[in-house]
Amino acid sequence: MLAAIMLPLIGAMLVLLAAARPNLREFFSIATAVVLCVDLVWLASHVFDGDMPSLVLAEPIPGFSLTLAVEPLGMLFALIAGFLWLVTTIYAIGYMRGHNEQNQTRFYTFFAIAIAAAMGVAFAGDLLMLFVCYELLTFSTYPLVTHVGTPKARAGGRIYLGVLVGTSMSMLLLAIILTALEAGTLSFVSGGIFSDASTTMMLGMLLALFVFGIGKAALMPFHFWLPAAMVAPTPVSALLHAVAVVKAGVFSIMKISIYIFGIERMATLPAAEMLGYVAGFTIVVASLIAFSKDNLKARLAYSTISQLSYVVLGSLLAVQAGVIGGTMHIVMHAFGKITLFFCAGAILIATNKSKVSELDGLGKDMPWTMTAFFIASLSIAGLPPAGGVWSKWLLAQATVETGQWVLLSVLLVSTLLNIGYLLEIPVRGFFKRSIDDHRYNEAPATCLLAIGVAVLMTVLLFFIPDPLYRVASMLVR
Amino acid sequence: MIDEQLSVLAVVAPLLAAPLCVLMPRARWSWLLALVASVACFAISVRLFVLVQSDGMIVTPLGGWAAPWGIEYRVDPVNSLVMLIVSGISSVCLLSARLSINKEIDSSRQPLFYTAWLLCLSGLIGMTVTGDAFNLFVFLEISSLSSYVLIAMGRDRRALTASFQYLVMGTIGATFIIIGVGFLYLATGSLNMADIAVRLPDTIATRTMESALAFLTVGMGLKIAMFPLHLWLPNAYAYAPSVVSAFIAATATKVALYALIRFLFTIFGYQFSFVEMPLSAILAVLAVAAVLVASTVAIFERDIKRMLAYSSVAQIGYMLLGIAIASQAGVTASIAHIFNHALMKGALFLALACVVYQIGSVMRDDLTGLSRRMPWTFGAFTIASLSLIGMPLTAGFTSKWLLVQAALAAGWWMIALLVLIGSLLAVVYIWRVIEIMIRPPAENAPRQEAPLSLLAPAWILALANIYFGIFTGINIGSAKAAAIWLLGGVS
Repeated sequence: MLAAIMLPLIGAMLVLLAAARPNLREFFSIATAVVLCVDLVWLASHVFDGDMPSLVLAEPIPGFSLTLAVEPLGMLFALIAGFLWLVTTIYAIGYMRGHNEQNQTRFYTFFAIAIAAAMGVAFAGDLLMLFVCYELLTFSTYPLVTHVGTPKARAGGRIYLGVLVGTSMSMLLLAIILTALEAGTLSFVSGGIFSDASTTMMLGMLLALFVFGIGKAALMPFHFWLPAAMVAPTPVSALLHAVAVVKAGVFSIMKISIYIFGIERMATLPAAEMLGYVAGFTIVVASLIAFSKDNLKARLAYSTISQLSYVVLGSLLAVQAGVIGGTMHIVMHAFGKITLFFCAGAILIATNKSKVSELDGLGKDMPWTMTAFFIASLSIAGLPPAGGVWSKWLLAQATVETGQWVLLSVLLVSTLLNIGYLLEIPVRGFFKRSIDDHRYNEAPATCLLAIGVAVLMTVLLFFIPDPLYRVASMLVR
Repeated sequence: MIDEQLSVLAVVAPLLAAPLCVLMPRARWSWLLALVASVACFAISVRLFVLVQSDGMIVTPLGGWAAPWGIEYRVDPVNSLVMLIVSGISSVCLLSARLSINKEIDSSRQPLFYTAWLLCLSGLIGMTVTGDAFNLFVFLEISSLSSYVLIAMGRDRRALTASFQYLVMGTIGATFIIIGVGFLYLATGSLNMADIAVRLPDTIATRTMESALAFLTVGMGLKIAMFPLHLWLPNAYAYAPSVVSAFIAATATKVALYALIRFLFTIFGYQFSFVEMPLSAILAVLAVAAVLVASTVAIFERDIKRMLAYSSVAQIGYMLLGIAIASQAGVTASIAHIFNHALMKGALFLALACVVYQIGSVMRDDLTGLSRRMPWTFGAFTIASLSLIGMPLTAGFTSKWLLVQAALAAGWWMIALLVLIGSLLAVVYIWRVIEIMIRPPAENAPRQEAPLSLLAPAWILALANIYFGIFTGINIGSAKAAAIWLLGGVS
């Protein structure tokens, strides 16, 4: 468990040492990722059998310690982040070299540190540890977001840091300290930590502070850092802004709902319902904005904002199906969205095109990339044969169970919108004729390999969702 | 035997070494002597700290004259911690002083510089250990006069006006303090702090005592740079020699703040200071104003030393806020922040000393590309900055947490929120600097890392920020013990 956090850090150091020799440096990156995956799988085999190790690291505030503890939700998040780190590293090698990026050593170093922080978020045993790693994740990804160093990148980085640090320091920290005073503990305990003495008013306010304070979940109106962060190189957008960073956000919200408030207690809070509408609003409005974006990465960014709110909604509905659906959606969306970003990056390096309107007829030149894009789009929209179907199904079921008809229709409308703005791209690629006669090559082999692995997982999860479902339902037993 | 005299030794060692510094034939020797005296003082402080932790208060009557007639030194959980930080910071700063001072002050005046430094150190330590109100004033003057000299030795001619400004304000403050002490003597007939505290209950709540409290608070407020009495501070920090900025910023205002705590809680007592007199409200408003106003000014400051100076005014606001809350949690936060802030400001100013040494300027725009030109300096600066912002795993985070927790526990919602907003302002002013530092440097800019003897002290303090952010037994643990000691029965 501690190894999972230390491994990427060691990797970061090795990368720094091998700065002068790119091949060795990349070997270290991949080797660390492989070892991390093995470690995580080994750990998972214990955790899913019901073994939950924990470890106290230090006690910086009297009475509140930094603890590591594994539970199924965190294990799942760690597994995805770790596995996709490996995939992304393979992709990044092709992309960074193909794109002739500067400062690649710095890139791989901070990438590894960011993963260490994400592992810390996953295995945090209390709110203090969660906050520590959450902030580390923000700061360690800042150099990645501003990687290219242009004024535009700096402006994006400023918004990125401003929103994430701003929300977490003013609201999340306040919520955590209030929780410490109200409950006397910060540990994650199944069923929640608040006694009956805590008023509905107080808990409602805390919930709002948590949900908005976790800016990484990109709930409106604190969503605009995500499009701003798209100035980053594509592998960063892919892993961090489709998986590690944003998922750390929704994961934290899910974890807080289950282990701080407790699902039963959540269900009694009127604030949860109100915040559920905010999530519903975000889902629809972000999708509508995505329609208007011609830049491919910007469109994917808004799509991410919309999809994140699915998970938030799942936890706020506070029923079994919602929690399971939300948890599964973290996984499903991770594979789907990372594929889409990989494809966007592949198109960029192969053709130097970044606008949707320029992609006409590209399907003939880049058939693999476009097919992968098509399948991943289906997953995001929640259509077979892709994994996204199941999580959406469960979320819809949760809205029915709680009688939230408005939110059910939000989910349905959103599906239609997703089809509209995502499938437009493969449709253009395959059915429209290209404007010029220029022919392009497929993306570099390492990029295609990464895309293939990710899209394969998406399809696999459609046919075999059962293990995932069983792990997710461990959370509500 | 020797253990009982340690508190006296801590004051006398630098005091005796000071005149010897002038007599040294070479500047380098006086530096070495100053360093040895300061390290000795630090070693004594460590020993005293350990002793107090295990056995409780140590009382030493000077010259064998029993209190309340003679002066006595008292080392207790509160001031042993302050001593530790003052002597520690002085030693670390002196480590980097040799090179830095060689460049900033010509060698004929260097022995004088080290003399003034040791006098200042001795004055600050004296202020902390003494148990006598008038003796405290004497040491305050020793440290103040020598710090005027230290500041006036800055390269820039504006250092002279800055020093003069500080002298005028400082003297007014000192006068107020002596008037306050005079009133105390008038009312109780004693100058021994513990003795005054015992005698006061009979005479308290008279006009005399109320004036004494007012004079002492305002007088100390000037020395602390309590908003809006802070006007001397930015120039003094900005134009002083680099290591002096580090030393003064990390210690002088802290010791004055300690003296205020001593007066409010030990002499006047919680009941009079905070229940009968409206000090809580006054200090809280001034503290929050300090945080918001000074942080905002810092955002627009182009000279980084000035920016850090305004940041100090804001941080002093946090410490005052802890006192204003006047609960055990509040005072704990305040004392912990005295310790933590010394670490972060010390590290920041020492990192700037490296910058001054190599680049010669601390204007924001001259630091473009510092992350490539001086990566290690940049590293130390960044770590200390993160601590200043209150990033988790640094010392700054723990003090922020304690302060917000204390404010919320006291039901001061708005204040807690304003503290957090204040720390966001800190993010803004710090990040403006960091962002310029990480820009790609100009084409011809060479890599020009500072020498090790300048880097090492900055890194010692930077790493201390991380250490004390994770293992908080020393800073928070003893701050808590100190708060319990000060407040006694009041929770």
